[in-house]
Amino acid sequence: MHSEIITLDGHIIDSLTLSKVLDILVAEGVDYEIRRFEIGKTHDQISHAEILVRAPDAESLQRALHEVQQHGAVISQEDATLQPAPRDGVFPEGFYSTTNLETFVRIEGNWIPVERIEMDCGIRVVRTDSGWRAECVPLHWARAGELFVVGTAGVRVTPMPRREADSVFHFMGSEVSIEKPKTRIVQAVARAIRETRSRGQKVLFVGGPAIVHTGAAPYMERIIRAGWVDVLFAGNALATHDIERALYGTSLGVALDTGIPETHGHEHHLRAINTIRNTGGIRQAVERGVLRSGIMHACVVAGVNLVLAGSIRDDGPLPDVITDVLKAQDAMREAVRDVGLALMVATTLHSIATGNLLPASVTTFCVDANADTVIKLTDRGSHQAFGIVTDCGFFLKELAERLCGEE
Amino acid sequence: MSRVLMCPPDHYALRYEINAWMHLDNQPDLSLAAVQWQTLFSHVQKLAQVELLSPAPECPDMVFTANAGLLVSERAVLLSRFRHPERQPEEPHFRRWFEEHGFTVYLMPPDCAFEGEGDILYAGERYLAGYRRRTEICAHRIASEYLGHEVLSLELVSDRWYHLDTALFVLDGRTVVYYPGAFDTYANRVIDEHFDALHVVEEEALRFACNSVVIGNTVLMPEGCPLITNLLERRGYEVVSIPMSEFIKSGGACKCLVMFLER
Repeated sequence: MHSEIITLDGHIIDSLTLSKVLDILVAEGVDYEIRRFEIGKTHDQISHAEILVRAPDAESLQRALHEVQQHGAVISQEDATLQPAPRDGVFPEGFYSTTNLETFVRIEGNWIPVERIEMDCGIRVVRTDSGWRAECVPLHWARAGELFVVGTAGVRVTPMPRREADSVFHFMGSEVSIEKPKTRIVQAVARAIRETRSRGQKVLFVGGPAIVHTGAAPYMERIIRAGWVDVLFAGNALATHDIERALYGTSLGVALDTGIPETHGHEHHLRAINTIRNTGGIRQAVERGVLRSGIMHACVVAGVNLVLAGSIRDDGPLPDVITDVLKAQDAMREAVRDVGLALMVATTLHSIATGNLLPASVTTFCVDANADTVIKLTDRGSHQAFGIVTDCGFFLKELAERLCGEE
Repeated sequence: MSRVLMCPPDHYALRYEINAWMHLDNQPDLSLAAVQWQTLFSHVQKLAQVELLSPAPECPDMVFTANAGLLVSERAVLLSRFRHPERQPEEPHFRRWFEEHGFTVYLMPPDCAFEGEGDILYAGERYLAGYRRRTEICAHRIASEYLGHEVLSLELVSDRWYHLDTALFVLDGRTVVYYPGAFDTYANRVIDEHFDALHVVEEEALRFACNSVVIGNTVLMPEGCPLITNLLERRGYEVVSIPMSEFIKSGGACKCLVMFLER
């Protein structure tokens, strides 16, 4: 996508100049978004519009710009405003807050891509020997005196490309799908995973403990053991109940084969944690033969990059759980590099946390029995996410079959 | 009493072609032009105080004073910045006259063509402005800052109607007379939404019916426009028909020969 920001000043409403410019853009086959619009309050006050124009190729963009310039549109020529961070961990006042969309900043007349884009961060700008560099950094990375982009001038965001009509996801749209053919959806997800891997990109899996509670862990294990997962994000709960299942055959004390709660079963998860703590960690437990099955076991065996992030309600936790949230975010941040597809299953907290870190260009699926989880994720800015409202047991079983073959 | 600026046609000539009306092989009869100008002058003089500007020999179109600039406040003008190099030599002459007569002269930025009262017309609470042929739309916003009034931009779509005043005149703050074919559909909507409009037919537009001077209750109109004359008379206006054939050969008529210095 090629884009440019244009401004339009004057009595553009009463003169219908704004309507005309927008009509021309449409007629030229380019897309637009009005980014700012200030209406003159009295007859002698002029109005101001700032319009983001985007076209599939440079040629149609230039043609459209040439046409609208005749009607007073001016191509924005502003550089980004830079200000130093006042102290460590603090952005300058009025800092530009990022989205997860591909972003460029204009410095000394050049549009520079912002590296490692994620939402709700700042843009740090550094002059290097080879020119200016811009990178997206979280608040706690800021160091006093570093230059950050302030305001919206000189910042350009590339909107998400339209989904192609022949895309396997087209029929899903971006809506949360409750009444869509689920098997067809799983087929599309499997195909997306294959495509991601064939592009040389990584597949990220984000999972919640319901995977274990609902008995879907064996399907998840199959997918991991077949090598489809590069990175797994979860919390203490998924790991704990998975290990509880491996050691005791229960999840939250409920026997997974019969569905009946076991006597003193509620103690199982804490005993499982204790066992792992005694071995020093999940990897050590696998190496010593203490942990011999389950998702965690599969991750160690398949060499999955596992990041377990802690939360306030955790029991234990397992030694592998990172309890400092900023450190956990940074570990996740590091792990999402080169990820091309994220599959979030049965987790609200970790889905949103991961969504915060992912560029919008990452194909994202959010699977949950509850539509609210999916809606929450998109409400928090991960607009690229496809929501699939279904039971995770059904979903993972189908997906494992699509990826690994019938059992 | 209104006050206007005119320039005698002593050096009027057709020496170049910069609009659809001008043809070097269709030269004006200069002695007839002088008579026509004198006729207009005598009528204007009855209605307004006329200031006369001495023409410069190297500027054959200086007679069209409407293009000198635009009155933006009581004693200030926004000087024209002609699109065509052929007319740019007129600028210093107009500027000198304004300055010598106590006007503050404002200038347009160098890259923004603006042809004065030819393209921006006073219409009561607001101004109407043409663009795309001579004046560029950037001039509208700048003019609105000096005027302190809304300026409605109207796109002119034909080289024959290259200035707003060739295709529209303002009768009063609520009524305009115009030739719809000179404007794009947006401009037609803008005019119809903001004013009571009288339409001029093409035949009379081609006789420069829209290039009329309105002073009080009198309309000084090029001859040969009976339909619009009748409409105006029904509304109680006195219409004076003035022969303008020799100026129309250069693409101008009554209004092009007059610039308002006071309303």
